Amino acid sequence: MRVALFLTCVNDTLYPDTGRAVVELLTRLGVEVDFPMGQTCCGQAHYNTGYRHGTEPLARHFSDVFGEYEAIVTPSGSCGAMVREMYPRLGERARAEGRGDALARTLAPVVPKTYELTEFLVDVLGVTDVGAWYPHRVTYHPTCHGLRGLGLGDRPRRLLEAVKGLELVELPGAEECCGFGGTFAVKNADVSAAMGVDKVRNAESTGAEVLCAADNSCLMHIGGTMSRLRTGMRPVHIAEILASTEEVPAV
Amino acid sequence: MSGRERILGRVRRALADVTPDERPYEEAVARGYLREHGDRTTGRTVELLAENLADYRAVVHRCTARELPDLLMRLLAGRGSREVLVPPGLPPGWLAAADPVQVHDRTADTAARLDQVDSVVTGCAVAIAETGTIVLDGSPDQGRRRISLVPDHHVCVVRVPDQVVSSVPQALERLDPTRPLTWISGPSATSDIELDRVEGVHGPRTLEVVVLG
Amino acid sequence: MSGTFVGMPAFPEAAHDAVADPTLRRNLRHATHTIRTRRAKAVGELADWAELREAGRRIKDHTLRHLDRYLVQLEESVTAAGGTVHWAADADEANRIVARLVAETGESEVVKVKSMATQEIGLNEALEAGGVRAYETDLAELIVQLGKDRPSHILVPAIHRNRAEIRDIFRTEMGAWGRPAPEGLTDTPAELAEAARLHLREKFLRARVGISGANFMVAETGTLVVVESEGNGRMCLTLPETLISVVGIEKVVPTWRDLEVFLQTLPRSSTAERMNPYTSMWTGTTDGDGPRTFHLVLLDNGRTDTLADRVGRQALRCIRCSACLNVCPVYERAGGHAYGSVYPGPIGAILSPQLRGTGSAIDASLPYASSLCGACYEVCPVAIDIPEVLVHLRERVVQGGPAVRQGNRVVLKPAKGHAAERAAMRAARWAFAHPGALRAGQRLASRTRRLHPRTLPGPVGAWTGSRDLPAVPAEPFRDWWQRTRGGKDGTR
Repeated sequence: MRVALFLTCVNDTLYPDTGRAVVELLTRLGVEVDFPMGQTCCGQAHYNTGYRHGTEPLARHFSDVFGEYEAIVTPSGSCGAMVREMYPRLGERARAEGRGDALARTLAPVVPKTYELTEFLVDVLGVTDVGAWYPHRVTYHPTCHGLRGLGLGDRPRRLLEAVKGLELVELPGAEECCGFGGTFAVKNADVSAAMGVDKVRNAESTGAEVLCAADNSCLMHIGGTMSRLRTGMRPVHIAEILASTEEVPAV
Repeated sequence: MSGRERILGRVRRALADVTPDERPYEEAVARGYLREHGDRTTGRTVELLAENLADYRAVVHRCTARELPDLLMRLLAGRGSREVLVPPGLPPGWLAAADPVQVHDRTADTAARLDQVDSVVTGCAVAIAETGTIVLDGSPDQGRRRISLVPDHHVCVVRVPDQVVSSVPQALERLDPTRPLTWISGPSATSDIELDRVEGVHGPRTLEVVVLG
Repeated sequence: MSGTFVGMPAFPEAAHDAVADPTLRRNLRHATHTIRTRRAKAVGELADWAELREAGRRIKDHTLRHLDRYLVQLEESVTAAGGTVHWAADADEANRIVARLVAETGESEVVKVKSMATQEIGLNEALEAGGVRAYETDLAELIVQLGKDRPSHILVPAIHRNRAEIRDIFRTEMGAWGRPAPEGLTDTPAELAEAARLHLREKFLRARVGISGANFMVAETGTLVVVESEGNGRMCLTLPETLISVVGIEKVVPTWRDLEVFLQTLPRSSTAERMNPYTSMWTGTTDGDGPRTFHLVLLDNGRTDTLADRVGRQALRCIRCSACLNVCPVYERAGGHAYGSVYPGPIGAILSPQLRGTGSAIDASLPYASSLCGACYEVCPVAIDIPEVLVHLRERVVQGGPAVRQGNRVVLKPAKGHAAERAAMRAARWAFAHPGALRAGQRLASRTRRLHPRTLPGPVGAWTGSRDLPAVPAEPFRDWWQRTRGGKDGTR
């Protein structure tokens, strides 16, 4: 099976290790991965900040770059939700503005074949034990767009539970937002920071070494807060845990 | 232009983009929800009513028709009630054994007068098991709304199984919207202090429900 | 991109102090977490919750879609049952109507049931200006009124106060309004409730005019419904001779039967009860029982403007349960006052800018008062997609566009204060349309990474005030990919 990795602009620029982990993991599971070099950004930040018209060219570009692939896999719940949940809305709104069906038709093909990584593993590949080894105490934060947008449910948890050596501990208040929220983090910095601190304090209370999530945007916020509070905990993307093996362990 | 015409005009302009739905209302709104929750015997429904009433701090008693006058006598005596309000159509035998002076609600009586009465005894129109609710509709055995409101002690007699339904939908089917209705689920309460429930504010602070059957 | 947002608007400033107030944070956290758990349990009892929610959504949508028809039907039913219907296009008109109706009774005081609509229009202040004193009788409203405070929650307007603060307000303020607090009043909730009972009872017993809102109005029967807990509602609806109800036009439902949905979803969503202690239903007037005169004031005040918005109109489904406030992480930390409206929390963030327009600093900032986490949508008993409306209103703020204000079509200009952000978004869009440029930027960042500090001054300080920046990697992913997987066309 040949799939396109939609890494997202944030991961490409700031978290290349996550990208490498996805490639290693999927390759190990027999999937042929391509990284279309034309990819940039799904437009989530534009859309969520109110620049819907400015989002449209980015969505069209996404469709151009990824339209031909069998499946599109992304290690980001929020970018996955952007394509799956919001692209259809972009088309509907354009239609409502009297601009016809063109945008809806352009975007339609990528919507159903875009998968968040854990969804792709569990639903498409049908695996929960990916042969990973990660000898650490880990707590899992289900990010909002993964949890409530895409409905990832217990997929990430099932994947983590199958990792050898990994001790999964319950995060109190797990389903509460970490406070990132894209531009919310800077437009409402005080509230965002307070939410981040509460999330980190909850994470600390578990005694875990690692807080794991399936979205690096949230982890950037949580990790930045951990670093500022000098907690000694680390944020790690779930792909990096699932890619880790006894032969090639994650650092 | 009158406020009426202005508002209706605005509504119509606001809906210019909307296609009217001309299906009959009951077709347009699908009701996939349940008429009642769970499958119970009548006996079990009555028990559920009692449980849910008690859960919200109503005091529940059960008795037969023969035992009712004595029970009401004891409940009123237990409160030390000197006066009891009586709706115009309360079955005459119910208070046959009761000691307090029976006060009839007269239009000329002020609310302040009713405030001096210790207790009130009423029947009810329907009771809802799933929510622990009794509904009064101002029938002669219940009287006007103020009599079950101002006294601090309300004794309500529910005839089972006739007056008990399982659910809110079943209760609405039985009720007449042209009558003034009061739905009562436990004694007066508030969640206004720290969002936690405390019983006892303006309505009767003691609600006793007699399940008669 | 964190450095590009200037013109920090009003909500963040208002929230700043709340976030830093430990008592307030504790009060809100305690209250919202208590109710959250209990709501989940109450909702979990009903196997058909999803179906009830869907039916509630459909009833409200259908009603809004034919709102003119149902309002006319309601007017006929209420009139036939002995009531008088008035129509108020805005707050001023509603206040004038109520003031006139009170003046006609010759009374100089009224008792009030907790009502969002009358708070929204500032009725108490308007009556006060005409020499009429309005007594709030809901416990939390009483606390707010005595404390010369503002409401901070839809259901529990004094949620920001803990029991000790409430005791202090009762001790110092009750005397000026009537019966003083009992000697030696403690802060146990039961004693506080008792103090309110004694204080208000004399007012109930002498009241000749009651003012209320309503949770529902049934078009086919003309029935109004008030859902409450304490019995103050029953007092105000039953004892006075004249009853005036001020109700938003969106509160109408078509049929009697529709109540079977909302009387199941509202109590469980708001106070987490199977059923609230008291629900009153009345249809016009009843001979010999309750008020002899009944007036219904139907209020628009921005609702038809909201109705005109294809995306935003779903906010009119709201049944004011406040479940969205109780689960909202932003509300929990910013408190209700920061929303600058009687409608705080997520629903307020979409309702206020629609009812009032996005012209003021606070209204233009409310759509951003959310991390879009979606918890509000998940608990909403009428399925209002609050995040969708928030994003839509952000669009109205930054892009402008067509809208309806006071019944007139207008074209809004993009808001000021977003110019830098708009420019940054445009630049980002250009870069994202030109992968080569994006790549050049990434490489530049990587090459200079040793020079990047982990904290920065200026606008980026909004991020680094509380969080470190991530380290920029030695190379972006795409360089690694190209290096190791062969050089495909890098720009496509």
